[in-house]
Amino acid sequence: MTTSISGVQVYYYSVCKRKLWLFSKGITFENEHDRVLEGKVLHERSYPYLERKEQLIDNTFKIDAVEGEYVREVKISSKMANADRMQVLYYLDQLRQRGVNKKGLISYTKERKTEEIELTPVEERKLKESLQKILDLLDQPIPPPFKRLPYCNQCAYHSFCYAREETEE
Amino acid sequence: MSDHYIFSRGRLKRKHNTIYFESGEEGQKALPVERVDNLHIFGEVDLNSKLLNLLTKYDVRLHFYNYYGFYTGTYYPRTKNVSGFTVVQQSMHYLDPKKRYYMASAFVESGVHHMLRNLRRHKEKTGSYVDTIQAERVKIPDGRTIPELMGVEGRIRQTYYRSFNEILKSDFIFTKRSKQPPADPLNALISFGNSLMYTTVLAEVYKTALDPTVSFLHEPSSKRFSLSLDVAEIFKPLIVDPLIVSLVNNRVIGKKHFEDFEGIVLLNDQGKQRFIQEWEKKLATTVRHRTLKRKVSYRMFIRLECYKMIKHFIGDEPYRPLKAWW
Ligand code: SF4
Repeated sequence: MTTSISGVQVYYYSVCKRKLWLFSKGITFENEHDRVLEGKVLHERSYPYLERKEQLIDNTFKIDAVEGEYVREVKISSKMANADRMQVLYYLDQLRQRGVNKKGLISYTKERKTEEIELTPVEERKLKESLQKILDLLDQPIPPPFKRLPYCNQCAYHSFCYAREETEE
Repeated sequence: MSDHYIFSRGRLKRKHNTIYFESGEEGQKALPVERVDNLHIFGEVDLNSKLLNLLTKYDVRLHFYNYYGFYTGTYYPRTKNVSGFTVVQQSMHYLDPKKRYYMASAFVESGVHHMLRNLRRHKEKTGSYVDTIQAERVKIPDGRTIPELMGVEGRIRQTYYRSFNEILKSDFIFTKRSKQPPADPLNALISFGNSLMYTTVLAEVYKTALDPTVSFLHEPSSKRFSLSLDVAEIFKPLIVDPLIVSLVNNRVIGKKHFEDFEGIVLLNDQGKQRFIQEWEKKLATTVRHRTLKRKVSYRMFIRLECYKMIKHFIGDEPYRPLKAWW
């Protein structure tokens, strides 16, 4: 029954479905450091000169920066490249629905490389499928069960997911 | 992040983004707000809304204690970690008698586990008490109503406290638990430690999406954040009681640290300060956690308990209370 989806949710969908579910139910840990989200802090330092940085579009989603024909995202590393791509595709789609056609650029600061992203029909279909899956997931009454992921150690939900009692008497 | 305790009389104020405490006796002291988690006010302190707004911004809680050192209340900044979903699920576990009993008995079971753990350290002297408690303990899962469970818990606790007479080296004697007012030094120590436990649990519950007023063993009431009372059942015998035993047996606190106000026995300021110093040390002590695979402080163990409760309420993983394994 969730109607609007945010860029962060699209991003989390590719990172960890459990995280997406918990986050969407308001179970958050804002005091804790979350390296999966570090890019959020980074972009504030990266584009101080861009006026239109952090534009809030129709009050539903924020984008890092718009520069000419590009929507830009800055990330530290390409570890979550797939999640980054989905997030940018989502922005491009949202813009297109409002009559604005842009391309995307993701800059990975650590690797000093940039990836260009275009909303092709194939990508668009992939995105639509993911959005539907996100809505289905949010309708689930219980969270997806815990499953160890390689980046759990860097996730703000780590203490939450790993806090359990061992039977070992 | 840390807790600060104020014993003197004075004024708390805000200057830019810093808290200042001014007192005639000690002059002015700065407390950087980003590093304060809780402020405990034992002395007579003036403050204004400008200060409260700063505390709200930085999520600092303010706990007040009266002249006798009894907890009176908390200034609790509006909570940021709101999850309506979690609160609804938590309430559902309160409303269903079976689910409520499950939670309530888990708190009692864990508390008793920690009581027995303390007594077993003094096996030679406490054997008969352990047996009495064991006999009572088997009724925990069988009980049907919360008042029955409370009864079991109460009887266990009386036996447990009575065994302190064997453990404590000095002439502190337990006759009977007297809370308000404490009638002897041991009761004064227990009451003081339990107040600190309550505010410490409250501070951790606050950092999570749990609703501090919806409780299971204690009846949810408007007067207190009763979920903290529930969770404190687990941690009182794990943190407060061993601390009291060590304070008394190592003669950190002795008879001279108490005052008698016509039958009300209380810790004096020096006694409270000594207690708090050891209290802070204890909370910062770490243990390697078996599933987190890192060192976790006693304070963090309280938060982890909250996380496990949330997991239970949202249908993720059944709650199993902490049973210290170290
Ligand atoms: S800790 Fe691991 S399983 Fe839990 S939310 Fe984070 S990534 Fe997902």
